[in-house]
Amino acid sequence: MLKEENRIFKNLYNNHGWELEKAIERNDWKNTKEIISKGKEWIINEIKISELRGRGGAGFSTGMKWSFAPKKVGSRPHYLVINADESEPGTCKDRDILRFEPQKLIEGCLIAGFATGAHTCYIYIRGEYSFEGQRLQEAINQAYKKNFLGKNACGTGWDFDIYIHYGAGAYICGEETALLESIEGNKGQPRLKPPFPALVGLYGCPTIVNNVETIAVVPTILRRGGKWFASLGRPKNTGTKIFCISGNVNSPCNVEEEMGIPLKELINTYAGGVIGGWDNLQAVIPGGSSMPLLPKKICETIKMDFDSLVENKSGLGTAGIVVINKNQDIVSCMARIARFYKHESCGQCTPCREGSGWMWRILDRATKGETTLSDIDLLDDVTKQIEGHTICAFGEGSAWPVQGLLRHFRKEIDKKCSNDPLIKKKKEVPYLVDQHLLEKKNA
Amino acid sequence: MSLKKVNPEQPKTFKFDEKFKNIADEILKKYPEKNKKSAVMPFLYLAQKQNNNWIPLAAIKYVSKYLSMPYISVYEVATFYSMYNLSPVGKYFIQVCTTTPCLIRGADKIIKVCKQKISEKENQVTKNGECSWTEVECLGACVNAPMMQINNDYYEDLDEKSTAKIIDSIFKDKILEPGSYRGRKNTSPENKEIINGPDHA
Repeated sequence: MLKEENRIFKNLYNNHGWELEKAIERNDWKNTKEIISKGKEWIINEIKISELRGRGGAGFSTGMKWSFAPKKVGSRPHYLVINADESEPGTCKDRDILRFEPQKLIEGCLIAGFATGAHTCYIYIRGEYSFEGQRLQEAINQAYKKNFLGKNACGTGWDFDIYIHYGAGAYICGEETALLESIEGNKGQPRLKPPFPALVGLYGCPTIVNNVETIAVVPTILRRGGKWFASLGRPKNTGTKIFCISGNVNSPCNVEEEMGIPLKELINTYAGGVIGGWDNLQAVIPGGSSMPLLPKKICETIKMDFDSLVENKSGLGTAGIVVINKNQDIVSCMARIARFYKHESCGQCTPCREGSGWMWRILDRATKGETTLSDIDLLDDVTKQIEGHTICAFGEGSAWPVQGLLRHFRKEIDKKCSNDPLIKKKKEVPYLVDQHLLEKKNA
Repeated sequence: MSLKKVNPEQPKTFKFDEKFKNIADEILKKYPEKNKKSAVMPFLYLAQKQNNNWIPLAAIKYVSKYLSMPYISVYEVATFYSMYNLSPVGKYFIQVCTTTPCLIRGADKIIKVCKQKISEKENQVTKNGECSWTEVECLGACVNAPMMQINNDYYEDLDEKSTAKIIDSIFKDKILEPGSYRGRKNTSPENKEIINGPDHA
């Protein structure tokens, strides 16, 4: 369990006030000038020592990302962009940082901007978070008043400005290149990579895109040393993380904990246990809806960090934990997630645009018990056709949860098909099958 | 789901009034001069705010001229993002989250109340124009599920009773306060102040 002195977000529930004065009492902005005077190399190196991995889902090394920015600012200015477009179902951690710990984010922006050579920072907040955006703007104004931002920010000799840009309800804008397109005033459709944003990003200039939580932990890491952060959790999966525990638990909550905490401990200690007791647990989505779900057997022992979850064919993602108990119909839960992806697909790549609709329709039929066994094979096939055939990771994000369902809950789906009289005779049903599957023997 | 049907009745002209014009000029300062196209999203928000929460085609034309963009590029943005309403919505616009984390905490019950109290189908504005509701995808408050958004505010930890109470208050034009309707503090665990509690100040 995380010791109180190692907690980074001390005001996660707003028990102590969000204002600048209160934040300073919690040691924000304590020795920012001193940290920045140590230079870019020192900052990036210290972040590398801390082994901080991005908190937005992909888990890429933050120190490494920063080092990709060109060392010297050339004719094109550098930009820092903060991704606060939090829309992954099951995730609501950035909202609390924006509302209650805004100064941590702002200070982190200044440091990250300095380390990557950026004088301008855009924070892209999802449009629905209008209260959170107003709060952040107030916090930014307070920081300007104290000269922590603006010309010669915080006495460091570095000019730094932060602007807020609101999204307007598109999940895809959480993808970094779609987000950049959106700031540029286009519809949010991802770009092909490479070139990566670190070289060609916003307005064609070098741009570093980071998640809110990643940037908000940076000042604390630099103040207490990369080694301190690396001592928490386990190697390659270091530090603390805000977990959002939602779904069928007795007291859903956000909580900051050490990486690698067992899932069972997390649910039982903080979220008051599963509704109906641990034995009533059916499945857990461990990292936001894009990550494949885990059945109860794996939940018993799984540790919540990037690598252990990958070993179990899932992922930590954003650490939005959705607990599903046995009172729920798992197929309809996943059908709803498939509908989410169908609605949110940007429409740029055919496999995703069409495939996400296919997956939803088949799962929706499965919920009503109108599928046949070959439909389920078709579903499996569709997920494979989407995965890896799209410009951005949205394709994987929509296909993986369905694959997880098929991997762990095949029996439940098959049960749904058993109403079909044709199934009882174990006949294949050609008229419902896609053309390329018709080549099978009795088509 | 989102209101992407263009309203058949359209006002002929649209112009930012003075207050909004000033805000618009402030917004333009945020972006590099040669990239003023970036302001299209905030401008559409402004247009929506000035025009009772929906965007007429005349406003799209106005914004495109303002930013020297082709009309179709602005239209593209207005139709791509779900938060731009191209048809009128109620004075109180209710958006109920029904994605899985809310669904398994009973979002369907909230929908039921909306259907009973407001309209059988979504996006139908009530007679006096005070209210309409719609289903939306994840609003990012999963720990406080089920929840709904009314205009800009989040109403969290709902059940049938509290939803009915909130909707009744809308009809009286005296809307209740946003926040948790189970009396808990933000996203903290209920009944347990073990973390970040008063003892750890």
